[in-house]
Amino acid sequence: MSAVVSLTNVHKRFGAVKVLNGVSFEVGRGEVAAVIGQSGSGKSTALRCINALERIEEGTIEVCGHAVHDPKLDRRALRRDVGIVFQSYNLFPHLTAEQNIMLAPMCVKSLSKADARTLAQDVLARVGLAEKADHYPEQLSGGQQQRVAIARSLAMQPKLMLFDEVTSALDPQLTGEVLKVMEDLARGGMTMILVTHEMSFARKVATKVVYMHRGTVWETGPGAMLDDPQTPELRKFVGGEM
Amino acid sequence: MPTFTIVHLEYLSWAALWTIGLSAIAFLGGGLLGFAMALARISPNRWVRNAAAVYIQIIQGTPLLILLFLIYFGVAILGFNRVPAILAAGVGLTIYASGFLAEIWRGCIESVPKTQWEAAECLAMTRWQRMTRVILPQAVKIATPSTVGFMVQIVKNTSLASVVGFIELSQAGKVINNSIFEPFKIFVIVAIFYFAICFPLSTWSRSLERKLNVGRR
Amino acid sequence: MSYRFDFLALLPYWREFALGVWLTLQLSAVATVLGFALGTLCAIGRADGSPWVRAVIATYVEVIRNTPLLVQIFLVYFGIATLGIHLSANFAAVAALVVNVGAYTCEIVRAGIESIHKAQLEAAECLGLSRVQTYWHVILRPAIERVYPALTSQYVLLMLASSITSQISAEELTAVANRIQSDTFRSFETYIVVGVLYLALSMVVRLGFMGFGLVAFVRRRKLGTPL
Repeated sequence: MSAVVSLTNVHKRFGAVKVLNGVSFEVGRGEVAAVIGQSGSGKSTALRCINALERIEEGTIEVCGHAVHDPKLDRRALRRDVGIVFQSYNLFPHLTAEQNIMLAPMCVKSLSKADARTLAQDVLARVGLAEKADHYPEQLSGGQQQRVAIARSLAMQPKLMLFDEVTSALDPQLTGEVLKVMEDLARGGMTMILVTHEMSFARKVATKVVYMHRGTVWETGPGAMLDDPQTPELRKFVGGEM
Repeated sequence: MPTFTIVHLEYLSWAALWTIGLSAIAFLGGGLLGFAMALARISPNRWVRNAAAVYIQIIQGTPLLILLFLIYFGVAILGFNRVPAILAAGVGLTIYASGFLAEIWRGCIESVPKTQWEAAECLAMTRWQRMTRVILPQAVKIATPSTVGFMVQIVKNTSLASVVGFIELSQAGKVINNSIFEPFKIFVIVAIFYFAICFPLSTWSRSLERKLNVGRR
Repeated sequence: MSYRFDFLALLPYWREFALGVWLTLQLSAVATVLGFALGTLCAIGRADGSPWVRAVIATYVEVIRNTPLLVQIFLVYFGIATLGIHLSANFAAVAALVVNVGAYTCEIVRAGIESIHKAQLEAAECLGLSRVQTYWHVILRPAIERVYPALTSQYVLLMLASSITSQISAEELTAVANRIQSDTFRSFETYIVVGVLYLALSMVVRLGFMGFGLVAFVRRRKLGTPL
């Protein structure tokens, strides 16, 4: 099985603070990897490095055949293959849900307006928001906005989807609708990496769990690993979550 | 052919003082009238409120140049044959400044949260007390940066007083130009004078603005 | 007061007044469009240019904002003439107004650009948009929508300030008025009429901007909320 994503000995610091201290892990095609850990463990930074939002100092990152660590990386080519969803949705406030989704396919893939609209309707239907196409972000709930953001990424037909604590800003009842969409995606065979605090979701959906601690991968294994932690740190972390 | 000399520079310096003097008149006069208009704008009486709004609309909707012409010729109609230029210019700029300051200050007074009015009312203060003791002290702080910023507009607009024959910087520049005809050089120097007056005000206004924003955060 | 108002004396000049209104509208429209383009480019340069570009633009903005339009008009009109190029008064008027309003536009649009959250740029980047595409779709459009009211006020002021170009005898409403009053000796009445015309013009311009805003900013029209 060829890896879609592989990180090898990745180092990253912000000023004097060492955030990633030799991180290595792989994610294969169709896998759903949940990256967990305390805040400050470097999990969000690792995710941002995968999408070249942060430069790394040492190590290699290969994503869908792109050498992300290479200074000569073609970022736009990388972004065609990788979709990312943020904690704060980051929808464009002056565009409707549909226009938010149509923008990138028209700009980047030169789709016609009509094709882009068909595509938008398609992905909106997949996240269960077909009837909200003409709504502006401010008219949507947080959960709906996040689903539009997922749809916006999906419209670029990425080979890999990254989710950066996408439910952390949501009420518990809105969290469910977003997780449902993500679960559907996972079932559809999408390769996904998610940074999350939702342990039950990780347990249920993830094929791989990466527990990060102090800037390194402390423990990794299948979803069941959470029920049988090997290290005291993960035991404590899982215990604290429950 | 005569050229630009130290004498001309001295003349411009005097004119600069007149520019500053006229600006001060306009700011003080416009400030008083504008403050009254700002209060009228938020008066409980609908007629007073509307009258003030119309006044502001008219001042902000006509060029200062036309206002100056109207005063210049209007005073003549009233029977004064020779209007002192400083009077026409002072009155014109005062009216102009009042129209804009009224609107700036109204905005500042209204930006004091409504709850402050209510709190003061609940303490059984009269309208006058509420205004002078609670609202205005807060509004003044908010209003200072934009008021200083507007001073720059006043200084620049005194240049139009030349049309009623008042000799300030621009008019002095024109006078010198008539004798030595070196317009580019002269008006660059005139511009430097204006810049020297306005830039410190602009900088001051900006730093006040920054402090205000920090204080609000 | 023994003065007798005589507005009827001005009636034969209605064509001239109308022409003046039309010229002022033209002058301010051209200056607005070009000034907006210049100011927006400067705002982009100020936000994203090299240190050199930024310093040059900052200087330009400060110089313009701290000197009177009248002096700027003289400088353009006489200044370029000393270079041996003779400009028509109207051309000089447009040039001076554009340079002037460009500086104010730059400041306003820059404030708009700065109000766009960094996360928006990141989102656009992650969707694979190019810099130009990001600038247009994600930065400028919402930024301009946000500062549109400030721009409107600035361009109304510009229209009123265009009266100052009469000082170099550019063809516009105030210059027309100056001519009529010296023909008729009905100075006060003439400037009353012109004042009213400017008042009407400023309302028309404001309405025009409002209308344009409704067409250009669909979101605001539908929701009515500020961005």
